[in-house]
Amino acid sequence: MSTMEILVATAEREVYSGVATMLVAPGAAGELGILPKHSPLLASLVPGELRITNGDHIDEVFISGGFIEVQPNKVTVLADTAERAADMDEAEIVAAQRRAEEMVESHKGDTDMAMAEAELAMLTARLRMLRKHKK
Amino acid sequence: MASAKEIRGQIKATQNTSKITKAMEMVAASKMRKAQDSVGKSRAYSDGIKTVISNLMQSHPEYKHTFLIPREEVKNVAYIIVSSDKGLCGGLNTNVLKAALTSMKDVKKTAEVEVLNIGRRAGLFMRRFAKIAGSVEEINDQPELAEILGVVNMAVEKFIKGEYDEVRLVYNTFVNTMTQQPTEVCLLPCAMPEDTAETRTGYWDYLYEPDSKVVLDGLMRRYVETLVYHAVLENKACEQSARMVAMKSATDNAKEIISDLQITYNKARQAAITQELAEICAGAAAA
Repeated sequence: MSTMEILVATAEREVYSGVATMLVAPGAAGELGILPKHSPLLASLVPGELRITNGDHIDEVFISGGFIEVQPNKVTVLADTAERAADMDEAEIVAAQRRAEEMVESHKGDTDMAMAEAELAMLTARLRMLRKHKK
Repeated sequence: MASAKEIRGQIKATQNTSKITKAMEMVAASKMRKAQDSVGKSRAYSDGIKTVISNLMQSHPEYKHTFLIPREEVKNVAYIIVSSDKGLCGGLNTNVLKAALTSMKDVKKTAEVEVLNIGRRAGLFMRRFAKIAGSVEEINDQPELAEILGVVNMAVEKFIKGEYDEVRLVYNTFVNTMTQQPTEVCLLPCAMPEDTAETRTGYWDYLYEPDSKVVLDGLMRRYVETLVYHAVLENKACEQSARMVAMKSATDNAKEIISDLQITYNKARQAAITQELAEICAGAAAA
C-alpha cells in the first residue's frame, strides 16, 4: 500500500511525524480526506481533530486551527496549537469549557464575545474528540 | 596596611560572591542548552511555512501581498527590539541597543520612530529616545508564541492601516557560545524567504480551500509571527550563553582577587608578628 509522509508542527515544536496511508483533517469548508498521491492542496483548518491512519493504527491529534499543505507524498500541517489525544486531560478541558461558557454568558453583546465563543467551540471540539478516543 | 582581620573579612565576602556567580554560571549553562533545543524544535514549522510561501510566490508571481510591497514614502517606522528581562549578561543588551540606536539615528532624519520592546531592558533604555508604543516583559525561559502575539499583531494592524510604513526587528543572533551578533531585519514589508523549494519540474499550482487570497493572507501573518518568535527564541539562547560567559569570568576574577588578598593577608599577619616580637625584645632589653 502506498504511504505518505506526515508532519504536524506548531510554532513551538514538532508534534507528530511519521508515515500514513490516510489523513483526515478539519478543513474550513468541511472535512478533508487525503490519500497518498493527492494533488497539491493548500487549505486553512478549523479547530478539530486530525486522524492519521497507518494500516490498522490510528493516531489522533487535536489542532486549534492552522494550515495544511499537501504534496503527492508529503503532508505538512502547520497548526496554531496541537495536542495528541493521549496527552489530554479530560477534567481540565471540562473545567475550561465551563469557564468559557460563563464568559459567553456574562459578555453577551460584548466585543469579547466572539473570542469567548471561539474558545468555547474549540473546547467543545476537543472534548468530543477525547471522549471518542476513550471509547 | 589594613589589619589581618579586615582582610580576612574581605576574603570571606569575595568567596561568597564567587559561590553565587559559580551557581549562576551553571544555571545559565543548563538553560542555554534548553533554549538552543527550542530554537531547533521551532525550525520544523518555520521551514514548512517558508517552503509553502515560496511555492505560492512561484505560482502567483503577479499577486503581491500588502506585506510585500515597499511603501513609496516612509514616514513612520516601528522598531521591534528584543532584549533580555534581566541584566548580568555581559554586553548583550548594550550591543543590541547600540545597534538599534545607530540605525534609528539615520531613520529619524526622514521619519518618525516608535519602539515596541520585547524584554524589559530594551523598554527601560529606549524610552529615553523614542515613544514606546507597546511592550512585552517577563518572558518565560521557554517562550511560547502566544506571549508575543500582542505586540506583533499590533505592529501588523498598524502596518495594514498605514500608521507604520516599515517595521524593523532588532535582536541578537546566536553565532556560538562566545559570540552573539546584533542583527536588524526588515519585518514589514518583508523580504521573501530565500528559495527553499526544490527545483520545480514544470508548472503546478495548489488547489486552494477556501480561496487563495484568504489562505495567503493567513499564511503571511503566521510567517511574520514566526519570524519574531524565532528572534525571541534566539535572543533567549544568546542571553543564557552571554550570562554563562559573564558569570564564568566573574568567578575567575573573584578567584584572582582572593589569591591577591591571601598574599596581603599573609604579609599583614607576618608584619604583626614581627612587630610584636620587636616590642617584646625591646621591652626585655629595657628591663
